Amino acid sequence: MDELTLSDELAGAGGVATTDVAEYALWLGDDALILSQQLGWWISRAPELEEDVALGNIALDLIGHARSLLHYAGTASGRTEDDLAYWRTEPEFRSAWLFEQPNGDFGHTIARQLVASVYLFELYSRLRASSDATLAAIAEKSLKEVDYHRDHAVQWILRLAGGTDESRRRITVALADVWPYVDELFRDEPLIDRLEGVAVRPSTLRPAFDDVIVGVLSEAGLQTPAGFIASGGGRRGSHFTTMGYLLAELQVLARQHPGASW
Amino acid sequence: MTTPADLTAVTEPSPDERQFDDLIAADSRIEPRDWMPDAYRKTLVRQISQHAHSEIIGMQPEANWITRAPSLKRKAILMAKVQDEAGHGLYLYSAAQTLGTPRDEMTEALIAGKARYSSIFNYPTPTWADMGAIGWLVDGAAICNQVPLCRASYGPYGRAMVRICKEESFHQRQGFEILLELMRGTDAQRAMAQDAVDRWYWPALQMFGPPDDASPNSAQSMAWNIKRFSNDELRQRFVSMLVPQAEVLGVTLPDPKLRLDEETGQYEMSEIDWTEFNEVLAGRGPMNAQRLQRRRDAHEDGAWVREAAAEYARKQAAAREVAA
Repeated sequence: MDELTLSDELAGAGGVATTDVAEYALWLGDDALILSQQLGWWISRAPELEEDVALGNIALDLIGHARSLLHYAGTASGRTEDDLAYWRTEPEFRSAWLFEQPNGDFGHTIARQLVASVYLFELYSRLRASSDATLAAIAEKSLKEVDYHRDHAVQWILRLAGGTDESRRRITVALADVWPYVDELFRDEPLIDRLEGVAVRPSTLRPAFDDVIVGVLSEAGLQTPAGFIASGGGRRGSHFTTMGYLLAELQVLARQHPGASW
Repeated sequence: MTTPADLTAVTEPSPDERQFDDLIAADSRIEPRDWMPDAYRKTLVRQISQHAHSEIIGMQPEANWITRAPSLKRKAILMAKVQDEAGHGLYLYSAAQTLGTPRDEMTEALIAGKARYSSIFNYPTPTWADMGAIGWLVDGAAICNQVPLCRASYGPYGRAMVRICKEESFHQRQGFEILLELMRGTDAQRAMAQDAVDRWYWPALQMFGPPDDASPNSAQSMAWNIKRFSNDELRQRFVSMLVPQAEVLGVTLPDPKLRLDEETGQYEMSEIDWTEFNEVLAGRGPMNAQRLQRRRDAHEDGAWVREAAAEYARKQAAAREVAA
């Protein structure tokens, strides 16, 4: 439970983010926040108790990452993590569409987890070398956790692909449904040009991501899905169609009591 | 005609029984491989599985607020708490399994509506303050009930309870803190907190079960060192813990007759409305149907996943056998 309290280091004690670094921290923080919000729904609804615990753990890790990142982003504008999570409007969020995809069935959640955790693992591996000490520290801590998330997703991909005909059919459909949202994760926006040495250039992560994915899917005897590429646009504030509902639920209580503390 | 010798043959305990009785008399632990009377085993399975089911059903009232928790810190704490409850369910099912009842059987009984779980979880959680009231009152009552169970004579149960009680006491403090924050907040927050205390106080007192003179299973459980204190003793203990805490919070406990009798040191309180308790127990509480339906849905929606995992494990084992 101590982990639920931000350590000074991760809270960026003494470190104030510039506007551009804050914007980048919002990319990462919003991805983690939105995914955590989605996974939290599973607690009490998972296929078995062990998965209530596992998905709950992952959601908890992600909300920890989100808090560190949003806290740091807020230092640029004098806002708290909660100001950013609860009081921004949809166009002010910076999450990518992958994280905004609905939970669907357990197969869809696992397909989304596979993409998210492999991407985040590659991202945090490299972000540890960021010239921004706070981002580097957050990446260092998060990497260990994301490694476990990746293992969890891979194990389930193998089980579902190698289990019954029904589970194989479902995970195949789920991967195909999630795949259009992979591309956006690796797009270099103009912000990245201004953060040389601080941010990780998304396009540079793609080869490592593809290698891992190809390895996992071939072990599972599955094809890498092909198909359309979604427009995306989350980094510029244009979100997937279900985002408004997600934010309405996330923010409803806080917004009923402006100025209240909890 | 019965001779004294025949009587001895009937009433003389077997060596197994004598050993069991000696262990109980010495306040020692009974372990899974030890001989135990059928009724002892049955009582434990009933109690432990009910407790496990309560943890699992008890996730729902709080899970109701995970997606809407009003700050990221509260959201994280709430997720951790509900996740702990799943963990408690797992330890307890494992403890019950050591008595020879498989988890599947217990799960089936739960979703078929044949197994009991704590009635308290059949009440709804319409506001955020319910997260505070559940922690403070429901977890608080659970702790009073459960701390003595850490010394329960059956080893695996007692040991599971030690771990569970540590986490429960953390949960209770979190609940208290939620209410404290609300009571220090706006008028709307204070009203929300008092309303939740009003709704949860009596159901929490009912968690200790019927008064001692109407509790059919208590005497045997006490003789077997499964239960250590009577329902009414525990209820008193709970109320005497609540009164000073309510003062710190600034909430009013909704019992106008509540008063400390200086002579006996006991709290006097209003009659508990057992009619309502019995209605909820009989399945006619506000959320009984929804709680079971949600568990049934999760179980049925997840069936294909569990089947896949079982089939995958079977194939892996078969492949290993071929390789060996």
